[in-house]
Amino acid sequence: MYMDELIKMKAVCKNFGEIVALENVDFDLNANEVVGLLGDNGAGKSTLIKILTGVYPFDKGELLIKGNRIDPHTYSVRMAREFGIETVYQESSLGEKQPLWRNIFIGRHVTNWFGYIKVKQEKDETIDILRRLIGLKGAGISPDSFVGTLSGGERQGIAIGRAMYFQSEIIILDEPTTALSLKEVEKVLAFINMIKKNGKSCIYITHNIFHIYSVSDRFVILDRGKMVGNYRREELTLEELSEKLMVHARRE
Amino acid sequence: MVKTFFQRYVLQFGIFFVLIALLIIFMILSPSTFLSKRIYISFMSTIPFAAIMALGLTLVIISGDMDLSFPSVMAISGFTFSSLFLSTGNGLIALVLALFVGMIAGIVNGLIVVKVGVPSIIATIGMQFFWRGLTTLLCEGMSKNIVPIRNTLVHKIFVGRAGGMIPAQSIWFVIIAVYLWSLLNRHKFGDSIRFIGDNIKTARIMGINVDLIRILIFMQMGLLTSFSGILVCFEMANWWPTQGEGYMLLVFASVFIGGTSVFGGQGTIIGTSIGSIIIGIIEAGIISSGFSGFWTRLIYGIIVVASVSVYAVMTKKRAY
Repeated sequence: MYMDELIKMKAVCKNFGEIVALENVDFDLNANEVVGLLGDNGAGKSTLIKILTGVYPFDKGELLIKGNRIDPHTYSVRMAREFGIETVYQESSLGEKQPLWRNIFIGRHVTNWFGYIKVKQEKDETIDILRRLIGLKGAGISPDSFVGTLSGGERQGIAIGRAMYFQSEIIILDEPTTALSLKEVEKVLAFINMIKKNGKSCIYITHNIFHIYSVSDRFVILDRGKMVGNYRREELTLEELSEKLMVHARRE
Repeated sequence: MVKTFFQRYVLQFGIFFVLIALLIIFMILSPSTFLSKRIYISFMSTIPFAAIMALGLTLVIISGDMDLSFPSVMAISGFTFSSLFLSTGNGLIALVLALFVGMIAGIVNGLIVVKVGVPSIIATIGMQFFWRGLTTLLCEGMSKNIVPIRNTLVHKIFVGRAGGMIPAQSIWFVIIAVYLWSLLNRHKFGDSIRFIGDNIKTARIMGINVDLIRILIFMQMGLLTSFSGILVCFEMANWWPTQGEGYMLLVFASVFIGGTSVFGGQGTIIGTSIGSIIIGIIEAGIISSGFSGFWTRLIYGIIVVASVSVYAVMTKKRAY
């Protein structure tokens, strides 16, 4: 294991032309920690995530990932993946008409020398991922199930399980509970707990904190490009947290 | 609930039963024809030409693209083949260079679609005109008689009669079908094809080299089309300027009867193979049953519309 601090951002700034997206943001993520990134639309949550995942370079400040100083000009999506950072979107990271096992191993198939897939082995591994990594048991889900038959929450579970199986250390969830029914939210929360149980870390973006409060370790609040709050869950109740979010939202 | 074997392959079983039903109907209506060996030998010699292109097209459509250029690619390849055979007298050299022309045609399609960004349906319509035009210019409207090819060894290898009976082109068809089946179902290349057609964004996110694979699929289609064109020249010992034109609709009908989705992401080699056989036996069946040949297209129409309607209804039920 490397040091506890997986991500350390110091005074990071990002402008898009005249618009200031992030201003002197300090953000960090520790090993085996679940952090919620909160704030209204336009607060800079997505920009921060896109800097971490190598989509945008930052303009000023420092970024260390697992102790490595990141040069914004050379950092890329691919490097981020090599550092074990994987983003799970509610949509678009699975092929709906394909069975689960193909979705788990897409782009990373176990093959022989000629590129032929070891189907039996991959299906067995898929069963293991479903059970052990994301705790999806029974209920009609098998490696041959088609993604199209799964619910929105279950789909995120598959993508999360895939990320963990391929040794992602930091799993980023983008609005994981938006547009999900309560029952589905429960499933997503269970998956987040599995991330923690497996020793990985998670950052999620949301503007609705009510669902995920209970599974989080820490909350970081952004407001118009600035970090305006950083609280451990023990420090404040759900009511206090939502009160703080409301205050920032009202200050328009 | 884990799906049983039958439920998982219900589409293939369905289309297979349609084929069996048609054969039974034809056997009842025309026992003298359909209970004799000769008609099946004849099917084995004619069906592979369209079927090989249908197999290649299946992969193109699964990847979410379309190829409408194949009838003309067939013509330019057949032209290359017959011209080179006439000038060199060597069937093998003619074959290799004709395949090369087909491969180039496929790569050009791929580059226009992937690198320039023209939707494949439009790009390949354009290329269809281009290759047909070029062929017509080069041949000056004349067909090419290549009867001496019947005395060559390559002729025996590609369209000879194995064991004095089985047309070699049907064996080539089976080899190509097995190769494409294993590619689509067991190889990582086939996996990439499925995901590109299903959700191209996912394919990119998951690190698949989408551009390269799409070009390779077009290239493979070009090669298979060219191979089919060469087989036709071998079989007929002749090349003519409109070669390939009759295949357009038959090939599409075979693919869609076989259950391949026009939306990409799903389709089967077995389905297309059976679809090609159904399309291939209908005309002979209708005529030998005593109906006029004018019925053929009408029956094609009914079978195509009925099968794709069944697929559409099933898709709605299963959500895909």
